[in-house]
Amino acid sequence: MFWELLQQHFVHSALLAGAVVSVVAGAIGVFVVARGLSFAVHAISELGFTGAAGALVVGIDPVAGLVAGSLAVGAVLGVLSLRGSERDSSIGAVLAFGLGLGVLFLSLYQGYATEATNLLFGSIVGVSGAQVRSLAIVAALVLAALAALYRPLLFASVDPEVAEARGVPVRTLSVAVFLLLALATAEAVQVVGVLLVLTLVITPAAAAQRLTARPGIAVLLSIVIALVSTEGGILLSLEKDWPTSFFITAISFAAYVGARLYGTTTTPSASA
Amino acid sequence: MTDEPVVSARGLALRFGARELFAGLDLELRRGELVAVLGPNGAGKTSLVRILLGLVAPSAGHVTIGGHDPSRNRARVGYVPQQRAFDRDLPLRGRDLVRLGLDGHRWGLGRRSSGPAAQVDAALASVGASAYADTPVGVLSGGEQQRLRVAQALVCNPRLLLVDEPLLSLDLAHQRIVVGLLDAHRRATGTPVLFVTHDVNPVLPFVDRVLYLAGGTWAIGTVDEVMNSETLSRLYGTDVDVLRVRGRIVVVGVPDDEHHH
Repeated sequence: MFWELLQQHFVHSALLAGAVVSVVAGAIGVFVVARGLSFAVHAISELGFTGAAGALVVGIDPVAGLVAGSLAVGAVLGVLSLRGSERDSSIGAVLAFGLGLGVLFLSLYQGYATEATNLLFGSIVGVSGAQVRSLAIVAALVLAALAALYRPLLFASVDPEVAEARGVPVRTLSVAVFLLLALATAEAVQVVGVLLVLTLVITPAAAAQRLTARPGIAVLLSIVIALVSTEGGILLSLEKDWPTSFFITAISFAAYVGARLYGTTTTPSASA
Repeated sequence: MTDEPVVSARGLALRFGARELFAGLDLELRRGELVAVLGPNGAGKTSLVRILLGLVAPSAGHVTIGGHDPSRNRARVGYVPQQRAFDRDLPLRGRDLVRLGLDGHRWGLGRRSSGPAAQVDAALASVGASAYADTPVGVLSGGEQQRLRVAQALVCNPRLLLVDEPLLSLDLAHQRIVVGLLDAHRRATGTPVLFVTHDVNPVLPFVDRVLYLAGGTWAIGTVDEVMNSETLSRLYGTDVDVLRVRGRIVVVGVPDDEHHH
């Protein structure tokens, strides 16, 4: 059964899409965690859902609505550049209303309810060849931008005061990181769904930074953990008919728990 | 070697709305000088640093660093901020923090090359931080982090050092170490240091001149010229006593106890 499925074209598409999305999500995750933006990821994905649900109502491609919704929230958060508890509470307020709108859109939508379920929990196994291509293009864009911005973005993320003093455009980078995060989140939503995005954008990076203190290695490890989670999750779901998203979250969470245990057995100064 | 001032400020003023922090401020910093900037919270000490970093435009006046506008000089100005805790699991080693001071403002991924790595090693060694260069910064003590901060500021071979309350939350031993490192560097290289602090005592043995900002006005001169009852009483507009106790300077009677925060 497993090997027969593995020959199927749709499985290849799923594995390819999963790989593309994992690289992007794993890479940006390190900056997201360093900047403390986990909650913002949640907001971006859920308002992406609102955008997608709105797109379904007016009869356009939900992925277009998803990207538009994510980018809109990313742009607003980036431009406002709020900090600390003000950021958290305003994200919470906007997120709640956005989800309310999403619920309204879904009730107005007369089509198949599976569309909504796919948005919320992921539909990697239903990904089309055209979807894989657009995922790959967006991924290439985000990765190229991350590579070009890598040093000043790292500087501004871990040491904003000195970065600003050294002439790094800290505020512009903050907007840029939110826009890139919005694109990466919209990608990840198409694999694991709105509610499980954190499993690819946050968990791998959080695990990686428990394993290494080197920023470049942390990015690579985060990508590897995201890749193993997604591809492993897809393969496991071929063997057992449980939701793919469950397996993906299970593997990435196992990596996180393992990394935390590793982090407590090796004191940081001893591992240096 | 010319004796052109490294920093030259003329008639600087800074106003936020109706509130004037200072006006008509003239300041020159020559090679090898260590000038302390003193004054209560909110007097404009940090704003002055931000003007010199080209991050804030003065309301009036003109400032140059090495003959150029401050915004064109940021790659050659070393900056040491207050000690601020890093997250314990931040993936960043001491070595990486120092490296950011060298080329963190440049675009791209950066290449592994031996030249910059050697500069980073030298800066780490010069502050005695080589032993913990590979330790995550978040698990280091405040004093160790500030040594790395000094290395981060020195690694770009700066023509000016701006340090803003670098001793806050450090114990006495580490205060001495950090001040000693900055003093040794300006003696060795001639790089002038503008040292913002709320307490003059840690820098007292090293300071050439003092700029005191208070009450919307200012005074500049040697420690004896500025740190006396008459001058500070004039700045604060009330009776302030400056006492010398066992080689330390104690200021008594500052409004709102601004020296005891």
